[in-house]
Amino acid sequence: MEIKREPLPPGVRPTGQGRGSGEIDASALRVNKHDSKELLRGAELLGPTAPASMDGEELERYVHERVLTTTLEKAVAWGRSNSFFPLAFGLACCAMEQFQTAGPRMDIARFGFEAFRASPRQADLIILAGRVSIKMAPIIRRLYDQMLEPKWAISMGACCSSMGVFNNYALVPADKFMPIDVHVPGCPPRPESLMHGILKLRKLVQEDPDAGWRERYDARGTEEIGRADRTVPGA
Amino acid sequence: MPDATGLELLAKELRESEGVEAILGTLHFRGRATLEVKPRNIRAVLARLRERGYTSMMSVHGVDYYPHEPRLGVHYELLDMSKVDRVTVMLRVPTEAPEVDSVTHAGPDGPGWPTADHQEREVYDMFGVEFSGHPDMRRILMPEDYEGHPQRRDFPVGGEPVIFTHSEHESSGVRR
Amino acid sequence: MTVTEKQMSDYRRREESITLSQVEQSTEATHEELLTLNFGPHHPATHGVLRLLVTLQGEVVRSIKPVIGYVHTGIEKTAEDKAYWKVIPVVERMDYLSYYFNAMAYCGAVETLAEVEVPKRAQYLRVIHLELNRIASHLIWLGTSALDLGAVSIFLYCLRERELVLDLFEMSSGARMHTRYFQVGGVMEDIPVGFAEKVREFTKVMPARADQYGAILNANQIVLQRLRGTCPLDADTLLGLGVTGPLLRAAGNPWDLRKAAPYSSYDDFDFKIPVGTVGDNYDRFAVRVAEIYESVKIIDQALDGLPEGPHITTDRKVALPPRHELATSMEALIHHFKLVTEGFRVPPGEVYYPIESPRGELACFVRSDGSSKPARVHMRDPSFVNLQALSHMAEGSYIADMIATLAMLDPILGGIDR
Repeated sequence: MEIKREPLPPGVRPTGQGRGSGEIDASALRVNKHDSKELLRGAELLGPTAPASMDGEELERYVHERVLTTTLEKAVAWGRSNSFFPLAFGLACCAMEQFQTAGPRMDIARFGFEAFRASPRQADLIILAGRVSIKMAPIIRRLYDQMLEPKWAISMGACCSSMGVFNNYALVPADKFMPIDVHVPGCPPRPESLMHGILKLRKLVQEDPDAGWRERYDARGTEEIGRADRTVPGA
Repeated sequence: MPDATGLELLAKELRESEGVEAILGTLHFRGRATLEVKPRNIRAVLARLRERGYTSMMSVHGVDYYPHEPRLGVHYELLDMSKVDRVTVMLRVPTEAPEVDSVTHAGPDGPGWPTADHQEREVYDMFGVEFSGHPDMRRILMPEDYEGHPQRRDFPVGGEPVIFTHSEHESSGVRR
Repeated sequence: MTVTEKQMSDYRRREESITLSQVEQSTEATHEELLTLNFGPHHPATHGVLRLLVTLQGEVVRSIKPVIGYVHTGIEKTAEDKAYWKVIPVVERMDYLSYYFNAMAYCGAVETLAEVEVPKRAQYLRVIHLELNRIASHLIWLGTSALDLGAVSIFLYCLRERELVLDLFEMSSGARMHTRYFQVGGVMEDIPVGFAEKVREFTKVMPARADQYGAILNANQIVLQRLRGTCPLDADTLLGLGVTGPLLRAAGNPWDLRKAAPYSSYDDFDFKIPVGTVGDNYDRFAVRVAEIYESVKIIDQALDGLPEGPHITTDRKVALPPRHELATSMEALIHHFKLVTEGFRVPPGEVYYPIESPRGELACFVRSDGSSKPARVHMRDPSFVNLQALSHMAEGSYIADMIATLAMLDPILGGIDR
């Protein structure tokens, strides 16, 4: 079967995975100073912004640094997204459907996510499966804090995304105490729904590795370890 | 379940052994036999019923009879396994003086009912009925420092306000 | 370390209260200390969010204190806020593995209060779904217990079987879990064409699969050594603690509400009650696996004898009228409107309806004050009462035995915490 491929008309961004594989127009680099990430995503070349033009060696070094770093970032994001280690964390009925997702029919191991870790230090994806009561919320927050970055959270089911069936004194929606990346509706969501949510997260991580919760919640600068220019209060 | 006459006979016998005010009333409704006792006599009545064969306590649960006083009720479901017979013993206490003798521990009137341990804690947690003599009277379902007794009828159900498009701005959410 | 009474933490105080004199003194031990370990709510081996404070002397468990409430959902409070019909989905989510049983207990209680008669066909359909749910519940129990003991493959086999059961539920009601299939007065819908054949396919396959699990586990030295003879408890102590269900049957007492006080036409079926002898972990395991075979028998008999008739009571004050009547009959329209908006009213009174769930006696206490919303719904959950037996069972044994005992106890935290 012959597959005809046509080049995209100019000005159209390629969508889907591998969005960043557009060609880099070297002339554009000379004229404008763009964030290389924008370039790699095929963003429109705008009018002259930074007039500083680079030539020769400088340009090569510039391209080398930015492009290589970003390609490396993309590769790392691809690796991270295809090997989530979910935390073995089930609270209530949604945990039963989480088991079924790991079961033989809706095999989560097809995608590489079957390594459910018991320890939060070794996991990078927490799937909140079930209703979060007020007694459990601080514990979940502590678990989430113990996970190492980069980490993602999926709120599975209606009870932790919104209040679900039980809108009462005893429950807390997960958004109130921890940042959630993907909400999966359902009560309980079918394994297909949960899989759809996990794959959405995977796509999110692949395409936009920087869109972690720290960006969304404007929390850059609140990390407590690993930054030499910040002192921990009281230390 | 003992039928209506059986229940009356049972109540008569208990009144004879425990005193006339011990049994405040009987109720036979939809096949369920209920004896209402004075809170002071609960341990003795349960011990007498155990002697008559109702050896298993299946459930201890609380009910809030708001707005009828006395508000807080505690039901004890007893089962006679050999005759497959159930009888319920209930007592009612007001909110101002919600003390009841705990039936968990063994006492001078006989061995206790160990099954009532967690169940009395739940009644305390949810309704505020204090069981004196209970080995470990603490909250069991709510956090230890929670204030209020959630299952009472005048406790609000609580919950989050439902976010509609027109009320989106009033609720806390993610700043995008 | 010298601390005043007030400064001693709760753990230290409990540790001090356990005298070591009743414990064997090893001649080599120079300094023995008790260790309080927190089996936190997040733990792969606790079945759900159960927190155990375990005081250990070496590897021997000296005291266990369970702390619960980490998935307390306020189900009973929510149920007071909703019409009788709308309480069914709320109450179903309590013991989240045996959802049909929760609905059965509640519907049975309301039917007793409102004096609604359930037609025979509905009773048989209820029995079929209850027994299917019992099998599904025991499969998850078997899978997660085997996972705790180390046999990981059994977990996946049990999930495979459970998929078949969930397919059957999806066929009859449209949802896999929490199906709202049981309604007050009967079941929501009649079974579709082909359901009976699919159930028979399942019942033909299930005993063979259960044989396979038995073949793997019963011949495995590790499983046998971990389960045989560990943490036995006699029937009298269990009765004092209010324990019912497979735990009591493993200790030798054949108490089963399906036989003792039959409800929903269980007396029409011929099945046996598996009973253990010693009351150790192996008996608890064997009793539950044997119950799977008995449930398969019940399902077959129910399908053979399924009578014709309505699937829900014809009392229009309680059950919705069939859709085709809405176009022609005014009364049907009015009934439908009243039922959907306000719901049916139930005469005032209190009722306690017990049934036999996979974990023991599950009962529903409903108090009605004459309005369309229940005034009190209390579910007497078997796991809540059975959990009190854990400390009696596991104290004095090794910590690994405690894990096996907890697995054999089959606690479901949704039911414990409600």
